[in-house]
Amino acid sequence: MEIFWYLSIAIVLAVFFILDGYDFGTGIIHLFLAKEEKDKEVIAKSAGLFWDSNEVWLVAAGGMLFMAFPTFYASVFSGFYLPLIIVLWLIIFRAIGLEFRSQFKFQMWKDIWDASFGVSSLLLALFFGIALGNVVRGVNLGGVENGISEYEAHYFFLPLWDSSFSPLSKTPGVIDWFTIIIGLISVVTLAIHGANWIILKTNSSINAKLKRVIFNLNIVLAALTIFSLLIWQTVNPNCFDNFSEKPYLILFPIVYVTGLIGLFFIKKMKKDVHGFILSTLLIVGGITSSLASLFPVLLPSINTINEPLTIYNTATSEYGLSVALNWGIIGFVLLFVYMIIQKRLMGGKIDNMDYGH
Amino acid sequence: MEDMLFYDRLQFAFTITFHYIFPQLTMGLSLLIVYFKGKYLLNKIEKYNDAAKFFMKIFAVNFTMGVVTGIPMEFQFGTNWAKYSELTGGIIGQTLAMEGMFSFFLESSFLALFIFGEKLMGQKLHFLTGFLVFLGSWASGWFILSTNAWMQHPVGYEILDNGKYVLENFSALFSNPWLLPAFLHNQLASVVTSSFVVASIGAFYILRNKQIEYGKLFLKTGVVFGLVSSLLVAFPTGDWNAKNVAKYQPASFAAMEGIFETEEAGAEIVLIGQPNMVEKKLDNKIAVPNILSFLTYQEWDRQIPGMDKFKKEELPDNIPALYYSYHIMVGLGTIFIGVMALALFFLWRKKLYTLKPLLWTIMFLVPFPYIANLTGWYTAELGRQPYLVYGLLRTSEGISPTVSSGNTLFTLLGFVALYMLLGLLFLVLVGKTINEGPKHKTH
Repeated sequence: MEIFWYLSIAIVLAVFFILDGYDFGTGIIHLFLAKEEKDKEVIAKSAGLFWDSNEVWLVAAGGMLFMAFPTFYASVFSGFYLPLIIVLWLIIFRAIGLEFRSQFKFQMWKDIWDASFGVSSLLLALFFGIALGNVVRGVNLGGVENGISEYEAHYFFLPLWDSSFSPLSKTPGVIDWFTIIIGLISVVTLAIHGANWIILKTNSSINAKLKRVIFNLNIVLAALTIFSLLIWQTVNPNCFDNFSEKPYLILFPIVYVTGLIGLFFIKKMKKDVHGFILSTLLIVGGITSSLASLFPVLLPSINTINEPLTIYNTATSEYGLSVALNWGIIGFVLLFVYMIIQKRLMGGKIDNMDYGH
Repeated sequence: MEDMLFYDRLQFAFTITFHYIFPQLTMGLSLLIVYFKGKYLLNKIEKYNDAAKFFMKIFAVNFTMGVVTGIPMEFQFGTNWAKYSELTGGIIGQTLAMEGMFSFFLESSFLALFIFGEKLMGQKLHFLTGFLVFLGSWASGWFILSTNAWMQHPVGYEILDNGKYVLENFSALFSNPWLLPAFLHNQLASVVTSSFVVASIGAFYILRNKQIEYGKLFLKTGVVFGLVSSLLVAFPTGDWNAKNVAKYQPASFAAMEGIFETEEAGAEIVLIGQPNMVEKKLDNKIAVPNILSFLTYQEWDRQIPGMDKFKKEELPDNIPALYYSYHIMVGLGTIFIGVMALALFFLWRKKLYTLKPLLWTIMFLVPFPYIANLTGWYTAELGRQPYLVYGLLRTSEGISPTVSSGNTLFTLLGFVALYMLLGLLFLVLVGKTINEGPKHKTH
């Protein structure tokens, strides 16, 4: 039952990063590459029409995590207090940027909200990557100092950074050189994903240029990926154990690598959707590989005194998990039905759509 | 420790207060939108359709605000109330996760379709999307209220040896005797807010001599919905809730009614008075004898325990705030009934549209249903103190053990600044939409 909810939450999270991921990526591309007002408008719209129904996946993931693994939810949300609240603020700036840009016609107003949308999207992509880096690296559970736990074994508090900026420090912060690298991988991946979304959903004048951009970003991504793999084991020595014990888990990294290799052929692709599918594979593969390397651990402990948080020591009762299964299945079916209805009615290029006004 | 608790409570109170400005409008307004759109399907008069689309624009701005201020609420359970989340997440996580899954998705998916899809879908499907938005927003209220009902009157749980609360009976969460009255009261109160908003915009158009046709429609609809909902908020749902408080939280009941000393037989109802916490009495009191006993138990001489019957640790920690919140809510509710009844009378006599003093009153009354809704919630939440889960888990036991008060103060100040900006933008946008009016076509 724990495994079922773990998988469900992983799926919901992956869907969130696929869907809202393209919004973040669209924001990054918008920030750096959209120059003409016509492009800016349609690119903002390609995120603006969908961000709120995409963001509900985050709310759903949060709710399910709260219900199924309350101890994990409590520990992680209070431990990552500052970065989480900053993420909340960025989410607000992203949303109001998208919603308010077209409310007044003068350029300065639009520029302000474009910047709000773009910068907060960039920072959100970075922060989500950094968050993943933190989960992979682990934290000082129990706040151990000189061999003594300062808090209960499953609580911790992370400063934004530790003066050494090293993941190998005994009290690492949220930001260190390892998590920054994972953050950059996230930014590049989502920028590629966003660019694919823009190509798929719009006729913007920069579409041809975006294919070159994707190609170049993909080179950067490949380099970052290889580099991160080299240091990954230094940061988390057990990270490859799961893959050698259960070889079928290799599937997840293969998904990632397929996306990565496939995107090198972006310039030759005839159908716009192919690029988007490949960057989706990148996201799915990246998240699932990271989670698979940890399973069943949810948050490693970097000290030897306190046990890591796992799906077993943080879950609620068996009854709670199984009763939630009943409504969970109905809920999932409904979610996919809504998604299909929405995609069917709002498919196609944004520029060609008739809003009915 | 004291500081931490104070800042955590202040931050939650501030962010939830600001958040609840928006859903209280969208829940009620979605009902009125369904009414306008349904009426259009029946009578094919274009202005009803325009009204539905106009208010959906206002709905959309409020919805965006509700979403971006709502996510911090979900997060705060973990960030600031980690111990509470850890102990009770197995129970309240159920209803909160269901809210995300069943209502939030419904609302956000179909809102976009309602706004952009009228031509695409045809009128009947357009009505259906509007109805689904309404269903989603009311379902959201249902799940939030069921979460709150569990905190007010915990049911269906089991406490493990390690202090954790786990679910023992899922359906008990929804058959909780606290839930239905609280839900109906809350939803009807949100209809009051939106009726006043609709009526107020109508009055504004008439007074400005602009978009008169819509002004009359809005005013008429707002007044009818406003009177019906104001009456239902007071009776039976308000009455029903008060009886629940008297039954399940007698200490809170004594505090909110301002009963310092138990009377031998029959408690008086306090209309006005100021709690004097030093001398433990009400100053400048105006009260009617025996009415409270009658309203609560339909017995004139029934004794109602006052605050002297309870230990200090069982009484709410801020009695004046609770007392004032409750009395402001009740007082405003009474005024709403009066004004709306008057307006309906003049509507019937066909004088309302030219009766300027009443139009001005209706226009400027619009902040007060918001205040009444919020003070109603303050009554519920202050009344639950000093507990998070009534009678079981104290508020001081629920905060995050690792988050220092300095961090919470920092984020609180950040929220205050950011929400001021949000509030300003919100007013500009809603003002702009109202100023353009339903006739205005864009895009």
